[in-house]
Amino acid sequence: MTTNLAGVDANAADPAPAGPTRTSRGSGRPALRPRRRPHTPLNPRPSIPLTLVTGLVLLYTLLPLAWLVINSTKDQKGLLGSSGLWFGEDFNLWDNISRTLAYDDGVFVRWLLNTLMYVAAGAGGATILAVLGGYALAKYQFPGRRAVFAVVIGAVAVPGTALAVPTFLMFSSMGLTNTPWAVIIPSLISPFGLYLMWVFAAEAVPAELLEAARVDGSGELRTFFRIALPLLMPGTVTVLLFSMVATWNNYFLPLIMIKDPDWYPLTLGLSAWNAQAQTAGGEAVFDLIITGSLLTIVPIVVIFLLLQRYWQSGLAAGSVKE
Amino acid sequence: MTLLPTPAQALPPPRVRARFRLRRQALVGWGFAGPFVAVFGLVFLAPIGYALYLSLFRDRLIGGNSFVGTDNYEQALTDPQFWEGLARVGLFLAVQVPIMLGIALLVALAIDSGRLYGKAFFRISIFLPYAVPAVVASLMWGFIYGTRFGLVGNINDAFGVALPDPLSPALVLASIGNIVTWEFVGYNMLIFYSALKVVPRSLYEAAAIDGAGEWRVITAVKLPAIRGALVIATIFSVIGSFQLFNEPSILQKLAPNAITSDFTPNLYTYSLSFSGQQHNYAATVAIVMGVITAIIAYSVQLRGMRKG
Repeated sequence: MTTNLAGVDANAADPAPAGPTRTSRGSGRPALRPRRRPHTPLNPRPSIPLTLVTGLVLLYTLLPLAWLVINSTKDQKGLLGSSGLWFGEDFNLWDNISRTLAYDDGVFVRWLLNTLMYVAAGAGGATILAVLGGYALAKYQFPGRRAVFAVVIGAVAVPGTALAVPTFLMFSSMGLTNTPWAVIIPSLISPFGLYLMWVFAAEAVPAELLEAARVDGSGELRTFFRIALPLLMPGTVTVLLFSMVATWNNYFLPLIMIKDPDWYPLTLGLSAWNAQAQTAGGEAVFDLIITGSLLTIVPIVVIFLLLQRYWQSGLAAGSVKE
Repeated sequence: MTLLPTPAQALPPPRVRARFRLRRQALVGWGFAGPFVAVFGLVFLAPIGYALYLSLFRDRLIGGNSFVGTDNYEQALTDPQFWEGLARVGLFLAVQVPIMLGIALLVALAIDSGRLYGKAFFRISIFLPYAVPAVVASLMWGFIYGTRFGLVGNINDAFGVALPDPLSPALVLASIGNIVTWEFVGYNMLIFYSALKVVPRSLYEAAAIDGAGEWRVITAVKLPAIRGALVIATIFSVIGSFQLFNEPSILQKLAPNAITSDFTPNLYTYSLSFSGQQHNYAATVAIVMGVITAIIAYSVQLRGMRKG
């Protein structure tokens, strides 16, 4: 989209690989390869030193994940007996996965289903509320509009844990603790989501379009669903993904709200396995913790990778204005 | 539908129409924002109010629950356990946040410069840890730190050295800082990169024509252009540091001697209320923490926006 003069020039100057193909690929002397396009300040030559330096950060972020993958192929003995950075003698990944899923009457599967439920209800609901609210803040003049925005942004600074104790006591007196509601209801609010949708809607939905729809006699709801919502899609996907991560990864809220392991999400379950391994007489299940950790992150990573085009464009549009 | 009268005939006079339109706008606006506001009131405002209320009372062995005015606040302000925790997260903030944001900014600038081979791969891979739950990140790093079957242990065995134990009391704060950095470098990088991406390219061109080198373009064009993103990332990092809970709470199981139950203010609040049953005092500590966080976040914003 950001076609600029220099970019166009560079493309025009590129005579396309039509002429005598002198590709040095395979000749072992890539230095002789003709330059494809002139390097301008806007189209600079890739730099090997810069790539290597940035590669250090890449190594830092990927190495622990590689460690996790490698070590989920080992059994307990292999974990203790072999180097953490290379595979052990036996490849136990599939065995580990089936043991993780089966351990303790399949409680891991139960936690996975719980997590899916919390994500569907919590993140789904949070996205709906944020889209409706952000759209309203951006496109309608109503008394209290500024106050809503100020209070919500101010609330971001309130530590989640400052709210945790009173929320727990409130929910407890309402009989909601130790039920899924105690996790789902607080997950429904995403101040970041509201902010992003507000900024996004202000940019993405032209007021003239809404006006035209009204003149044509379209009701407000119909206008929202038929005209605004499709335009809001990139922002919506972004908010949905970030709320999904927040709910999928949530630990603190379920930790205080849920006592019954049957309602644990994956994060709480994994930490319970870890705690069990540390107590005297408790069964140490490090291999299952490691494999369970891998199983916990794979779905969310896959979703991020699959939808990256959408959420990245939404995020970029959201940062147009501060 | 096609038989609609023309607007001029059908609608009331302009002024009435305008007032009617405003009222209608307000109704529809609240209709859309209402659900968010209602739930927000339930899960944000009501607990804040309830915490304020709780903080004014105290459960006593004799006399039960009674109004104590500001006693809880006075206790909190002179509570060494609270202040030690606060000093710890303050130190954490002063060291970890600049390192994390610095790395994130450098990577964002590197990717944005267009001088990297495989920049899309860099972008998505470095962002990846953000999708990893804090629990998994802490367990994973906790094991890696381990001197038994972790990487540190491997290195010790392989080279016959004795690296200091990352989970020892002296090093555990730095080890937590490493986990938090690992988790959030990519997220902040993406915020900065997204902001950089919408800077008009013509600015770079103009700067280049004026003879500005790459470094000058960064300091004179790019950084000022993403000032807002820098401030927001700083504020969120400050808030995050003061809220530090998940990582120390998980690592506590692996290093019970290094991480006490009052290691951070949030751990302290948690143990006060869920192990100690001191709900009123826990609410007070949480409020004091909230006020301190808000003050610091606000002053970061003021400073950051000053020359804007």
